[in-house]
Amino acid sequence: MRTSILGNEILKTALKWRSYISFIAVGIIIPLVEIALKLEGGGMGRAVTRGLSQDFFFVGNILNGYFVTQFIMNSLWIHIPFLVVLGAGDQLAGEATGGTFRLLLTRPASRTSILFAKYLTTLLYAAALVVFLAVLSLGLGTLLFGTGDLLVPGRTIVIHPENEALGRLFLAFALAIWGMWTVASLAFLFSSLVENGIGPLVGSMAVIIIFYIVSNIPAELFESAKPYLFTTYLDLWSKVLEEPIPWTGVLHSAGVLGAFSIGFYAVTWYIFVRKDVLS
Amino acid sequence: MDTTPVLRTNGLAKRYRRRWAVQDLSLTVQKGDVFGFLGPNGAGKSTTIRMLLSLIRPTRGTVELFGKPLAGNRKEILRRVGGLVERPDFYEYLTARRNLEIVAALRGDDSFRDIDRVLDLVGLLLRAADRVKTYSHGMKQRLGIAQALLGNPELVILDEPTSGLDPQGIKEVRELIQRLSRDQGITVFLSSHLLGEIEQTATSMAIINLGTLAVQGRVADLLAAGEHVVRFDAIPADRTLQLLSASQLTGTVHRNGPFVECTVPREQVGAVNRMLVEAGIEVRAILPRRSLEEYFLAITEGASDVAVPVSGTAMPEGGVR
Repeated sequence: MRTSILGNEILKTALKWRSYISFIAVGIIIPLVEIALKLEGGGMGRAVTRGLSQDFFFVGNILNGYFVTQFIMNSLWIHIPFLVVLGAGDQLAGEATGGTFRLLLTRPASRTSILFAKYLTTLLYAAALVVFLAVLSLGLGTLLFGTGDLLVPGRTIVIHPENEALGRLFLAFALAIWGMWTVASLAFLFSSLVENGIGPLVGSMAVIIIFYIVSNIPAELFESAKPYLFTTYLDLWSKVLEEPIPWTGVLHSAGVLGAFSIGFYAVTWYIFVRKDVLS
Repeated sequence: MDTTPVLRTNGLAKRYRRRWAVQDLSLTVQKGDVFGFLGPNGAGKSTTIRMLLSLIRPTRGTVELFGKPLAGNRKEILRRVGGLVERPDFYEYLTARRNLEIVAALRGDDSFRDIDRVLDLVGLLLRAADRVKTYSHGMKQRLGIAQALLGNPELVILDEPTSGLDPQGIKEVRELIQRLSRDQGITVFLSSHLLGEIEQTATSMAIINLGTLAVQGRVADLLAAGEHVVRFDAIPADRTLQLLSASQLTGTVHRNGPFVECTVPREQVGAVNRMLVEAGIEVRAILPRRSLEEYFLAITEGASDVAVPVSGTAMPEGGVR
């Protein structure tokens, strides 16, 4: 069967069982969380609205599928990046570990085209994982809890009417994919530096966690560093759940994350095309 | 007739931090040759092959293939080259056919149509639909040769292609290499530390030791050069030693266990034999000792890391290892 370089990379990823670890993890965790919420009953909704119940009277189904999905989206801070890194970090390091770079890089195809095909596959993988998260959390959420207005707790509680909620969530997931592409790009970069699958995982997560910690320490020195950390902008998906949507902030975050992704890929390319293949 | 070498390296060198793996290596391989690239383990064979196939960048020097520098003509050149570098590693969770389809896609030509032919050539056509993880080492080695032959390359670079094969497999690979050269005019660059493999297969060769070229030339010429040492298995050995020592026809004479060895011009071997027989010596065997093994050991003497061959010409006990 005639296939393209990109087709081969997608096929290789799709036929490798390790690629499904992240999907299996999401496939187990989401139903567990949603079933637990279902069994726990309305406790969560009451906890969220406790501070407001003296002044407001909530009617309707607060603990609905949209609310649960929005609650699950908080996994996009650490848990989903971890699972994205798990797959993305294996793209180049896996070839080095398996010795298959010798099979790929002794052919007429340029290293640039092979790298680009692998990068696109990595982005597809990250997107597929977020889409799977969206479909599962929304699908199971609406099945178990029904639909209703979307209540978004935060410093203030925002309530989106039911007819707007789904669109907001779709937009949030789309922006989450954009953010996860930056995480995947970072893992891809680490993947070009090492010859084992653990290195990119540890390296990427260490960077993400350190940046999050730095972002949250209220010190002047760290405050000035904040705009230069890509993790500062990973919250762009949550911005579209605010009212009104701060479009300037969303576009700025998306632009910065895009620049980081391109930067990470450019560094990876620079390393990869010069790399001596010794594995 | 085009006399441009298929492969030529000029002052090729590779340094890893402070260690030079290959230094000032200048090789020439002519069209149709089976070129043996011989050297002990760690001599720099695989590093050289990796530079030939653009897996690593030379620190100095150039690689020319088909008269063009590899740098700047990589795509065009590698379309005409097939290679097997060290272990035959594949995507083990995929079938043999799928692995070859991946290689064909990277070639970017119609070598998809060639997959059945190369699988048949190495005897794996019936197992093409099996996952590579179910293959024995020997089968993987054969699949490695198959992927190198995909797309009818003009030059095939094989790094230790018989490694891990059983005697029958080794024989088949040797015959295959000879067939490729003889019937299809494919130039074969064959790296090995197995002396017998090179002696039986190659038409020309180079010996590399400690990263530098020790010698290069036609196998027959290299073996014919220098003194011709002959081992006599003759009874009684002491009397044989006396007669050979006294003879004008021979040079250095010494005992080697039950045998007597001496240097003697090739054209005088018959006369020496006649002299011994006429003196009542029972000559049971006359063995030429100027083999590639002797030659290799002479060249690489002092090397501390020469592997004992798995098969082929065995190295003598106490030889370098």
